[in-house]
Amino acid sequence: MTWIAGEPGPVDDRPEGTIEAGSPAEPVPEREIAVAPQWKLVWWSFKRHRLALAGGVVTVVIYLVAVLAGFLAPYSNSYFDSEYAYAPPQRLHVVDDGEWGLYVHGYTSEQDPETLGLSWEIDESQKVPVGLFVKGDEYRLLGLFTWDRHLIGPKDAAGPPMYLLGADALGHDMLSRIIHGTAVSMSIGLVGVVLSFLLGITLGGMSGYFGGWIDNVIQRVIEFVVSIPTIPLWMGLMAAIPQHWGPLQRYFALTVILSLISWAALGREVRGKFFAVRGEEFVMAATVDGVSRPRIIFRHVLPSFTSHIVANMSLAIPAMILAETALSFIGLGLQSPTVSWGVLLEEAQSIRVIETAPWMMLPGLAVIVAVLSLNFFGDGLRDAADPYKH
Amino acid sequence: MLGYIARRVLVMIPTLFVISVLSFAIIQLPPGDYLTTVVAQLEVEGGEVDSAQLAALRERYGLGESFFVQYYAWISNIVFHLDFGHSFEWNRPVSGLLGDRLALTVALSICTILFIWLVAFPIGVYSALRQRSIGDYAFTMIGFIGLAVPNFMIALVLMWVGLRYFGQSPGGIVSPEYAGAAWNLGKLLDVLGHLWVPVVVWGTAGTAGLIRILRNNLLDELRKPYVVAARARGLPERRLTVKYPLRVALNPFFSTIGWILASLIGADAIVSRVLNLDTTGPLLLRALMAQDMYLAGSLILISAVLVVIGTLISDLLLGWLDPRVRLRYGQ
Repeated sequence: MTWIAGEPGPVDDRPEGTIEAGSPAEPVPEREIAVAPQWKLVWWSFKRHRLALAGGVVTVVIYLVAVLAGFLAPYSNSYFDSEYAYAPPQRLHVVDDGEWGLYVHGYTSEQDPETLGLSWEIDESQKVPVGLFVKGDEYRLLGLFTWDRHLIGPKDAAGPPMYLLGADALGHDMLSRIIHGTAVSMSIGLVGVVLSFLLGITLGGMSGYFGGWIDNVIQRVIEFVVSIPTIPLWMGLMAAIPQHWGPLQRYFALTVILSLISWAALGREVRGKFFAVRGEEFVMAATVDGVSRPRIIFRHVLPSFTSHIVANMSLAIPAMILAETALSFIGLGLQSPTVSWGVLLEEAQSIRVIETAPWMMLPGLAVIVAVLSLNFFGDGLRDAADPYKH
Repeated sequence: MLGYIARRVLVMIPTLFVISVLSFAIIQLPPGDYLTTVVAQLEVEGGEVDSAQLAALRERYGLGESFFVQYYAWISNIVFHLDFGHSFEWNRPVSGLLGDRLALTVALSICTILFIWLVAFPIGVYSALRQRSIGDYAFTMIGFIGLAVPNFMIALVLMWVGLRYFGQSPGGIVSPEYAGAAWNLGKLLDVLGHLWVPVVVWGTAGTAGLIRILRNNLLDELRKPYVVAARARGLPERRLTVKYPLRVALNPFFSTIGWILASLIGADAIVSRVLNLDTTGPLLLRALMAQDMYLAGSLILISAVLVVIGTLISDLLLGWLDPRVRLRYGQ
């Protein structure tokens, strides 16, 4: 699970022929291939990779969920009703007495006299009407304007609650919490990757461009960073964060700490590419032409492998998400009231919880889906990244 | 070969030095020093604060001095006396706490690496030789999923399966009834019965990764001209594969020991907490939570050193197997 970002991934090894642009249904004429810009070639070769395409679509959907969390979730992050501790998931009924109408059945609970635990029954006689675009808690959409409509929710906000994916120990709605957690978990990956990208490209680029002793020093640093066991180090650094720091500070501290390690793989990749490109004719031509060094780097060398870097970044995101989940799971990452998938999973630690309320593991399913689709997407992107390769 | 070993060991020294400085820096990160903690604890317990004892402690750890003086006091005690300092939470010397747990961590790691090899080798070779067969796709898919599932979730599910269908006590390495017993056949079988859970959980990600690497390496190798040439000369397919390409593709089995070990020791803290194993991971977690910094720093130091040793072993094996590696180091 603690996979170092940038490890060799599965390669698509279909016959490496010419660029068979597009699917067989819409063959691209050879003439068009010859003049197509690079991004178009990348897109054509990416499109052939069905699994990667599917992964890309799911990734986009997940990020949309993250952005629209307030609207999609039936309840706000802080909503809970402790009378409904560990209430099981309700089934959403679509047809009401032969007509269209959304509703869920209510609950009846019985308290075990010995353990004081509640055992839940779905009460078929009760109907809780559910509606689309219902009024509920207020939230800020996209950080721009305040709204109180939710995609789905009980019609009567004061009435009995709706738990489509069950409730946790305090009676939080799991569905809402998972949706709110999406924003945090997915953005940790993005922010962390951007940070490690900046570090990796600067140091890896310096290493690759200047060579010599600079290269030597940076290489030793990278080797060192790669060789230390990451989780103990992360744990040590996270534990040193002052307790009084707020959620936002903790969040940024976590991303910085995660990217302190993960830049190394990217740095190594960038360096290798620099070495490969440095000897190419177009760099020589630019040098002979008297082009300044920064301009050679940023105008000529970097764009020639941007697609590679993007592919590597997209493969580093899932590693970050898994790392956040792991750290939060053991209580050293983010902490409630911040909600991330890892924070939610922290409550599903004991086997007792899993026996009584298996739906507490659902945030884990979200992690798996997100990581899988990002991996497929990144793999496809990496294979497509260099359309001139074949 | 001797020159290679010597050079490889020399390279280790700066790494070990940087690792020790880093571990010590982590000890220093929380505000306040060791003595303030001790004094606070003594006062809470209502004990007398013995000023002579305090002075002795201050002298021993070089407290109040600069970072490097303190670092020297710490590392020289470790190197010359194997004295890792004192854990105030357990009120015992750190070295005493480490012994058993370290042994279990190392034993489990070795078992897991063996498991990873045993599983990854046949599957990796099969996937490469029968590329794009149904089996290959199935294994690739399983590998992807193995990498995507957080291993604490696998641990929870396997534990649940063990409890539900095999009636095993959840977690731990021995059943309660054998806990204090001397070693006998029954206890050995019981331990083996429990062992598979952590080994499988720890091994999943590593196995998936190694299969991928082995498969890709073997595929690359099989496409090389020398293989085509050998085939053209009528060498039987089996010999053609086993004699050279497989040998070359096997390198990752040894070159990956280092970082497989790193990820195993890293994942230890999380998995062992769920599975309730007495390894070093949960000890580190607890030490960090309680800010028991000498214990935590020593544990981080030891995990990192273990990884460095693992990398050394893998490089030595690699140098022994592959003359090209030896040569590259010589230049």
